[in-house]
Amino acid sequence: MKIDPIHQFNIEPLFTIGHIGNQTIAFTNSSLYMFIAVAVISILMIGTGRQLVPGRMQSVAEISYEFVASTIRSTAGSEGMKFFPLIFSLFMLICVSNLIGIIPYTFTISSHIIVTATLALLVFFTVLIYGLYKNGLKFFKIFVPSGVPIYILPLVMFIEILSFFLRPVSHSVRLFANMLAGHIALKVFAGFVAMLGASLGALGWAGGMLPLALTVALTALELLVAFLQAYVFAILTCIYLNDAIHPGH
Amino acid sequence: MAEKSHGTPAKGHETGAHTEAPGGHGGGFPPFESSTYASQLVSLVIAFVALYLIVSRIALPRVGGVIDARANAIEGDLSAAQKLRDESDAALKAYETDLASARSRAQAIGNETREKLNAASEAERKTLEDQLNAKLATAEKQIAATRETAMSNVRGIAADAASAIVQRLTGVLPDGNTVNSAVDASLKG
Repeated sequence: MKIDPIHQFNIEPLFTIGHIGNQTIAFTNSSLYMFIAVAVISILMIGTGRQLVPGRMQSVAEISYEFVASTIRSTAGSEGMKFFPLIFSLFMLICVSNLIGIIPYTFTISSHIIVTATLALLVFFTVLIYGLYKNGLKFFKIFVPSGVPIYILPLVMFIEILSFFLRPVSHSVRLFANMLAGHIALKVFAGFVAMLGASLGALGWAGGMLPLALTVALTALELLVAFLQAYVFAILTCIYLNDAIHPGH
Repeated sequence: MAEKSHGTPAKGHETGAHTEAPGGHGGGFPPFESSTYASQLVSLVIAFVALYLIVSRIALPRVGGVIDARANAIEGDLSAAQKLRDESDAALKAYETDLASARSRAQAIGNETREKLNAASEAERKTLEDQLNAKLATAEKQIAATRETAMSNVRGIAADAASAIVQRLTGVLPDGNTVNSAVDASLKG
């Protein structure tokens, strides 16, 4: 029995939607899980009650709301609340799809660089366009930190500009790599259990206890990572948007 | 491989899914297979736009409304509780002032009554004393009168006795006036 930890990331077309140029646009397993995540978020946020004293699901919806709102307020100020729907959508989509992805045999949409890169570029261009629209040329003050001696200013500016344009890269690769690595590790350790059992018989099943325990522990870790990466993505979005809202730092 | 459309390799994927053989799904690392990008991009854009619209138009106003309504309800309840508490404080204060005034009035009434009773008993005592004094005075007068008569009787008896004694000793009846003056002299002495 061979472990194939990469197989879980395969894109399987379910049916074809149409063509753009010579590219076939298919509805894939990834698409399916994207829409499942959207559906889960919609049910959570809309399908739950609106009592004065909330039930469990209503509490989850309200806690997500307040959590994202307070994250925005603390990092980007109350002006950042303009972007509440955007950040809430990003956070919930990543968090919910990551959590769904931990369920065995499911697909994790953020384990594909194209997905995380698209989201990161969405944030990047939102920051760029809003920053220029709101502050005009003053927006470029984010590249000129105050209080830096003039003789090293060019160097600092170069680093600032470079880091600004590398933001979408780090923003997307962080999420992508975390999810990818976590799922590969899970698959490898889970595969050990089956491999030991199949090759060594009873002794192998007994020996498989160790990787099984590791798999359980890794699953717990992945639950944390699933939430944490969504939070990191959201809070970085807030920090980047803060630059667009208040450029001179 | 990457340039081929999804339609044909889909079969290969399906068989690969069952055998878990790495060669079954056309090799390569799935996240870097650029032939799948367009499909994922289209789905992601549709899904994200849908999610954004649902979140911004329906979900957030709804949940935010519920949270605001709860905050308002709590605030209203708190202010109502504060109002009731103020009212009860005022009632307590009014009760305390009433109690204090009632107590002072009771004290005043008590004092007044005590003074009145004291005065009445004093007056009664005085009249009783006067009566007793009067009775005492008459009694003393009577005693004095009785003593006077008794003393005058004693003088007569003494004079009689003296003249009788003199007559017996001398055989001569002495003069009454002389006897009387002698008796008076001895009584005085």
